[in-house]
Amino acid sequence: MSITEILFYAFSGVLLVSAVGVITARNPVHAALFLVFSFFNSAVLWMLLEAEFLAIVLVLVYVGAVMVLFLFVVMMLDINVAQVKEGFTRYAPLGILIALIVVAEIGSVVWVKSLGQEVTPVTAIAAEPGYSNTGALGELLYTKYLYPFELAAVILLLAIVAAIVLTMRKRAGLKQQDIGAQVSVRAQDRVRIVKMPPVIEAGEKQS
Amino acid sequence: MISLNFVLMLAGILFALSVAGIFLNRKNVILLLMCIELMLLAVNFNFIAFARQLGDLGGQVFVFFILTVAAAESAIGLAILVVLFRERKSINVEQLDTMKG
Repeated sequence: MSITEILFYAFSGVLLVSAVGVITARNPVHAALFLVFSFFNSAVLWMLLEAEFLAIVLVLVYVGAVMVLFLFVVMMLDINVAQVKEGFTRYAPLGILIALIVVAEIGSVVWVKSLGQEVTPVTAIAAEPGYSNTGALGELLYTKYLYPFELAAVILLLAIVAAIVLTMRKRAGLKQQDIGAQVSVRAQDRVRIVKMPPVIEAGEKQS
Repeated sequence: MISLNFVLMLAGILFALSVAGIFLNRKNVILLLMCIELMLLAVNFNFIAFARQLGDLGGQVFVFFILTVAAAESAIGLAILVVLFRERKSINVEQLDTMKG
């Protein structure tokens, strides 16, 4: 049993424990922190599976951005924990039953598929010494998968626009500039020129 | 060597746990979103395991796209959640029955 294998089994055990923590935590903040922990464990497992770039992306994008957003929303919304958690024990048997059925189904498929044949050891992609996972992935992304890559960029832009439009609101009594009104203003709206005839006082002329 | 079967079973158990989480936490929309993230993680495990087994980097490219779409999905989902909480002062799924669904 190599050191890679021992690390893999240890981290997958921790991953499953933290996943159980996510679904049973009473407090949503604890659930989010357990989810962060399971993302870190998955990043380690992916690194052991020779997906180094994706492991780093998982930590940067998920832990750094998505989970921070989750924590922000959890802390911003004022949730009644006791009320949200009621009925937990009522649904627990059904949930565990469904989970066991899913595990049994997936396990039977994996087991049947590997029944007749010897389990093939995973072949390493990285054969040559100068191999870089990031470089190989980038080469593939910018050539074969260029069109899906650009679609992904459009999806991200869509997410930005949608999130801003959804959460933006106009509060009553808020003083703000109206740029259109400022630009389209004319001199006639602001200044009124009045014609006034010059009047000369009689007494002033003689002095 | 790490066998493919072990990784597939790990992903299967993780997926089953998140399915159970959806059943257990059916009142809290935030926890439902977290369980969906966990499900996507389990699916990504399968992609990476097969990418390594078959020596094809296409699986890792797919994981990249899944991460992109999942990030967009959670951003929009949380935005909807914030607007919902502002309107209804509650995120209980059972109280969201305006559309009589």
